[in-house]
Amino acid sequence: MKIFRSHVLVCGGTGCSSSNSAQIRQRFIDKIKEVNLDNEVQVIGTGCFGLCEVGPVVIIYPEGSFYARMTVDRVDEIVEEHLLKGRIVKKYLYDESIKDEKLKALSEVDFYSKQKRVALRNCGLINPENINEYIARDGYMALGKVLTEMTPDEVIKLVKDSGLKGRGGAGFSTGMKWSFAAPNKADQKYIICNADEGDPGAFMDRSVLEGDPHAVLEAMAIAGYAIGATKGYIYVRAEYPIAVRRLKIAIEQARELGLLGKNIFNTGFDFDIEIRLGAGAFVCGEETALLQSLEGKRGMSRNKPPFPANKGLWGKPTVINNVETLANIPQIILKGPEWFRSFGTEKSPGTKVFALGGKINNTGLVEVPMGTTLREVIYDIGGGCPNGKEFKAVQTGGPSGGCLTTKHLDTPIDYDSLTAAGSMMGSGGMIVMDEDNCMVDIARFFLDFTVDESCGKCTPCREGTKRMLEILNKITEGKGTMEDLDNLEKLAINIKETSLCGLGQTAPNPVLSTLKYFRDEYEAHVNEKRCPAGVCQSLLKYFITADCRGCTKCARICPAGAIEGKVKEIHIINQDKCIKCGACMDACTFHAIIKK
Amino acid sequence: MKSLEELKKLRDESIKNIEMRNTDKDVRVVVGMATCGISAGARPVLATFVEEVAKRNLNNVSVVQTGCIGMCTYEPIVEIYAPGKEKVTYIHVDSEKAKRIVSEHLANNRVVVEYTIGSEN
Repeated sequence: MKIFRSHVLVCGGTGCSSSNSAQIRQRFIDKIKEVNLDNEVQVIGTGCFGLCEVGPVVIIYPEGSFYARMTVDRVDEIVEEHLLKGRIVKKYLYDESIKDEKLKALSEVDFYSKQKRVALRNCGLINPENINEYIARDGYMALGKVLTEMTPDEVIKLVKDSGLKGRGGAGFSTGMKWSFAAPNKADQKYIICNADEGDPGAFMDRSVLEGDPHAVLEAMAIAGYAIGATKGYIYVRAEYPIAVRRLKIAIEQARELGLLGKNIFNTGFDFDIEIRLGAGAFVCGEETALLQSLEGKRGMSRNKPPFPANKGLWGKPTVINNVETLANIPQIILKGPEWFRSFGTEKSPGTKVFALGGKINNTGLVEVPMGTTLREVIYDIGGGCPNGKEFKAVQTGGPSGGCLTTKHLDTPIDYDSLTAAGSMMGSGGMIVMDEDNCMVDIARFFLDFTVDESCGKCTPCREGTKRMLEILNKITEGKGTMEDLDNLEKLAINIKETSLCGLGQTAPNPVLSTLKYFRDEYEAHVNEKRCPAGVCQSLLKYFITADCRGCTKCARICPAGAIEGKVKEIHIINQDKCIKCGACMDACTFHAIIKK
Repeated sequence: MKSLEELKKLRDESIKNIEMRNTDKDVRVVVGMATCGISAGARPVLATFVEEVAKRNLNNVSVVQTGCIGMCTYEPIVEIYAPGKEKVTYIHVDSEKAKRIVSEHLANNRVVVEYTIGSEN
C-alpha cells in the first residue's frame, strides 16, 4: 500500500458540497499534480466535520491544520505554501484553532472539546468511499466478533445491557426491540434502517450515512444475526443524493470483500442489503407508514399492535432501527456495555447527535454525552446567538417537540428530562431562537409543516391540525380572540390523545409548549393586536422618525402610494394605504423608517 | 472475507495509511522543506521518514515538514522533538542516514550523535 506523507481532507458532506467543496477538492488534485506532489500528498473527500458554519472545511494532516471557509481561489496558495514549502497559511485557518500563534489540536477547539464522538467517530476522519479506511478503524471487527464468538442471544443481551435507546425519537430500548423479533419463527425476517429523516433543520442521519456508511451496514448485519434475518433494507429519502450514492458504493465494496452476501466469515451466515428510496414524506419516518411505503403502497400509518417485530414487512417479523442507533452498535459490541454506560446518564446512556441550527453562531453537527445541559450545547459548543442578540427559546425534537426557554437552559439533555420539561428528545434537531423570533409565528410554522405532512388517515390529525393552523393564522393576523386561545389548547390536547400515530400525537407540542411558556405573546397578539417580536406582518406598522431628511426616496418606491411629504420635510406613512411590504425601510439610506 | 484473522490483517495493513490523521502524537520529526532544503535533497529524506515510520508502526511519531530553519548550509536538516527531551538536530541528512535515524533514534531511543549538528565542530 502506498503511504502518503500528507493527507488533504476536504469535507464532502451536503453542507460543504453546496458551497463548492467538490470544485475545491478538484482544484487541490489538479494543483498538486501540477507541482508534482501527487505521489506524496493524497486528497480525500470525507463526511461532515460538524462545524458547517465555517464550511467548506479542509483539514490537512499530519499537522491537523483546519482551513475554514475555503474557496477555490485559496487552493493554489495553500498547495504552494503549506504542501510544497511546509508553511501553514495561518490567515486561512479557523480563528479558534490558533492560540498564541500556535495551532491547537482540533480536540481543544471549543466547538469540539465538550463533544464525545461515538456515532460520528469516523465522520470527517475517513474516506467513506473506501472500505479499507473503515476497516483501519476496526470496521467490521464487531461483525466478525459476533459471528465467530457470540450466540444471537448473547448479542441481544449485550445490546440490552448497554441501555441503548432508539435515537429516532421515541427512545425505545433497542435490545428489547431485537428480543421481541428474535423468537418469532418465520421463513424470512427483515432488518430495516430508518433513514427517513424529515424534521426541518435536522441532518444527523444524513451526516452519518454520508460520513460513515459502513457503520450502518455492519450494524444491520449484526442485528440480522441477532434476530435471524438475512435481508436488510435501508429506507432513505431520495433528497439525500450524496448519502444514497455513498451507501451504494459501500454496499458494493462490502459485497466484494464478502462482508455482505453469502457465508460471511465462513460461518454460514448470509446477509444482504438493498436501498429503497422514499419520496420524502415526513410520515414515512413513522415505522408502520414506512413499511407501507417500502411495500410500494401509499405511506400511511396503521394501528399497533401488531408490532413490526411480529408482523412487519410483508407480514414477516421485522426490526426497524434508526441510522444513529445503528451507528452506535459496532462500538458497543467491541467495547462492551460498560464502556457505553460510562458516559451519559443512568437512564439514558451514551451520546446523542444534534443538528444545531437557527439563531446560533456555530451552526453544525454536534455529538454530546447524554446529560449535557442545553446551556453547554447552545453556549459552550454553539457559541450563543449571533450579533449579541438575546436567547429566547430552543426547539428540540423538531415539529414533534416543544420550545424550551431560558429557565430550562440547565436542563440535562436526556429522554426523561426533556419530556418532563414539555418537549422531547426527538431525532436531534435543535433550533435556537432569539429575541427577534415571534413564538406564535414559530408555532404556526411547525403546524403548517405537520398539516402538509399529515397522511390524512385519521380525523384528529387530518382535520384537527388544519383547524389549529387556521386559528393560529387568525391570531397572527390580529383577528384572534381569547376564546380562540382556549379552543386552541382544547383542540391540541384532543389531537394528542386521539391521533393514530406519532405524527398526530406530537404535532400539537409546539403549540402547547409555546402557549405554556409564551402565553403573554399570544395575548399581546389577541388583546393588543401587537407582535412583540415584530415578525407578524399584519400586526406591524411602519413609521418614519425624525431622522428623515425628506429625500423622497421612500415615497417614490412605495408601491401603494402610501407615503406623503415634501422635499426636505419629514415624510408620513398613511397607515390605511400601507400594505406593509417593507420596501421603504429597505430603501431608506438614513435608517429613518422603523417598524413596530 | 473468510475469517477474523483475514480482516485483522487487512486492518493492520490499512491502518498505516490513516495513522497520520491522529494528531495526538508525542514525537515530531520536522524536515526542513524550503527551497534550500529541497535543493539539497530533503524530498527523498521526508519520503524515507514517512515510509520507515509507517513500516515500523511507530504510532507515536508524526513526520511533518517545515519552512527554512535558517541554516541553509546544513540542509537537509531534520529536527526531532520529544516531550521532556532536548531537541535533536540532524544535518546533511540523506535517505540512508534517515533510515538509521529511524531505527536507532526513533525506534530504540539512541541518538545518532555523529549525524547531529553538534558533531560538526
